[in-house]
Amino acid sequence: MQVEALYQDIILDHYKNPHGKGLREPFDAEVYHVNPTCGDEVTLRVRIAGDGDDARVEDVSYDSMGCSISQAAASVMHDLVLGKGVKDAMHLHDEFLALMQSKGQMEPDEDVLEDGIAFAGVSKYPARIKCALLAWMAWKDATLQALETEQATEEESR
Amino acid sequence: MTSPQPLDVERIRKDFPILERVLPNGRPLVYLDSGATSHKPRQVLDAERDFYEQHNAAVHRGAHRLAEEATDLYESARARIAAFVGADVGEVVFTKNATEGINLVAYAMSNASTAGPGAERFRVGSDDEVVVTEMEHHANLVPWQMLCQRTGATLKWFGLTDDGRLDLSDIEQLITPRTKVVALTQQSNVLGTVNPLDAIVARAREVGALVLVDAAQSVPHQPVDFHALDVDFLVFSGHKMLGPTGIGVLLGRRELLETMPPFLTGGSMIEVVHLDRTTFAPPPQKFEAGVPNIAQAVGLGAAVDYLNAVGMAAIAAHEHDLTAYALERLPAIPGVRIIGPPTAEARGGAVSFVVDEIHPHDVGQVLDDLGIAVRVGHHCAWPIVRRYGVPATTRATFYLYNTRAEVDALAEGVTKVKKFFKVG
Repeated sequence: MQVEALYQDIILDHYKNPHGKGLREPFDAEVYHVNPTCGDEVTLRVRIAGDGDDARVEDVSYDSMGCSISQAAASVMHDLVLGKGVKDAMHLHDEFLALMQSKGQMEPDEDVLEDGIAFAGVSKYPARIKCALLAWMAWKDATLQALETEQATEEESR
Repeated sequence: MTSPQPLDVERIRKDFPILERVLPNGRPLVYLDSGATSHKPRQVLDAERDFYEQHNAAVHRGAHRLAEEATDLYESARARIAAFVGADVGEVVFTKNATEGINLVAYAMSNASTAGPGAERFRVGSDDEVVVTEMEHHANLVPWQMLCQRTGATLKWFGLTDDGRLDLSDIEQLITPRTKVVALTQQSNVLGTVNPLDAIVARAREVGALVLVDAAQSVPHQPVDFHALDVDFLVFSGHKMLGPTGIGVLLGRRELLETMPPFLTGGSMIEVVHLDRTTFAPPPQKFEAGVPNIAQAVGLGAAVDYLNAVGMAAIAAHEHDLTAYALERLPAIPGVRIIGPPTAEARGGAVSFVVDEIHPHDVGQVLDDLGIAVRVGHHCAWPIVRRYGVPATTRATFYLYNTRAEVDALAEGVTKVKKFFKVG
């Protein structure tokens, strides 16, 4: 079966035992994203500690429903960005996005993307790329909202 | 009634070049997604090509030979389509698809508030109600939500029973003298349910409501007679019934089409135009602004000829057999549950199911690897999957070219899916 290249064991493991799943307090921003073509959905919260260049992802919590690819991607993303500086985490987002858009032509760097390299095969299935990106897009959106809110609060207090 | 002769499926399949395709992984195609779009026989493809190669011209204008031939072909297609669904030729409005047909009526109804005398029947205001059902395709739900938003009318809906039927127990509370229009599907694209239109039409007539039927999933699969159904409007899409994309039909009772205001305006739909005012052509031209999809209409005419030659009763009987067989084979697999009526009675060939512990998108992906094309997701009918508490379903849909062997392939495929994901 060719489809085995898509469903790596790492993906199925994360799907069956997702890391960091469940919504937690405290959080700075919460978003709800949905993939309208298949109905997969994720509610995702981020907690950012520190500010400016020191801003760090203190927590990412999520509740989600969807296929193995979208659920495993959320779990792997949680592991990757948790505790990282926001800038580094955004870089990981960009790396993962580039991998998804690579049409199977990119050799992912395991030192950077860790379990995320298991998704390399997804880039050859155009209909599934959105599944793998759902949680990442939600995380980026929530993080940008959290940073904006923080900036606005700071400006008010000045 | 004598039962129709069984279909010669092997002969039929030879008319569909795409069914001979071998997929990149070397597997033959098992196409179980005709509910999304059907394949096209050579006869339809030839009719379109012949139109472009021999007769291409804009219809209803120009005095040259090609323009006359193109107009004849276009109008001849309309006449054959009218006969196919038991309508008068003047009751057939060509649209882009069923979705456009429903939008046409919904927008005509809001246009009625500023249209002159004669359009009262179509006016919708804040005291009025529109009734749909919980099993509608988004195409027969969103346009009515929008009409209600524009006019202040209230949207109401029939709920569903646990076994996938319409719950008619509150019909008298749902359809009332306030009801302006009842819009419902004749056959569900997800559940396969064939709805009892008689009861709903009878109640709508009592209160003077209009009835629009979404027949996108019924006209391709069973004999449909517009006049016998006694409904006001009925829509369907060409591409689901062996025809090309880009062509669909709105049927409207003649007296209603005469008084209903237009939706799209412009060329072709006029009678007399001045700089400051316009009068309109009689129906159906009043609803066909601009140069229409001519080759596609001609192609749909050829599709109707093909379906007539095979026989709609025979097609319905064939699909009934495949549906009954699928309803026997699929639930026999541990962990597989049908979403929709469990038996083939009053049911068409759309079979939705879920597999325990495996998301439909993953089911569909592994089936695809086996060469089996099914639809996964909410099937543009999100409220249905929500009603049955599932995120999505896997759906197989059958047509005249499908076989019992393909149902076997599906059932064996689902077993392989379970093995692949190490479930059960």
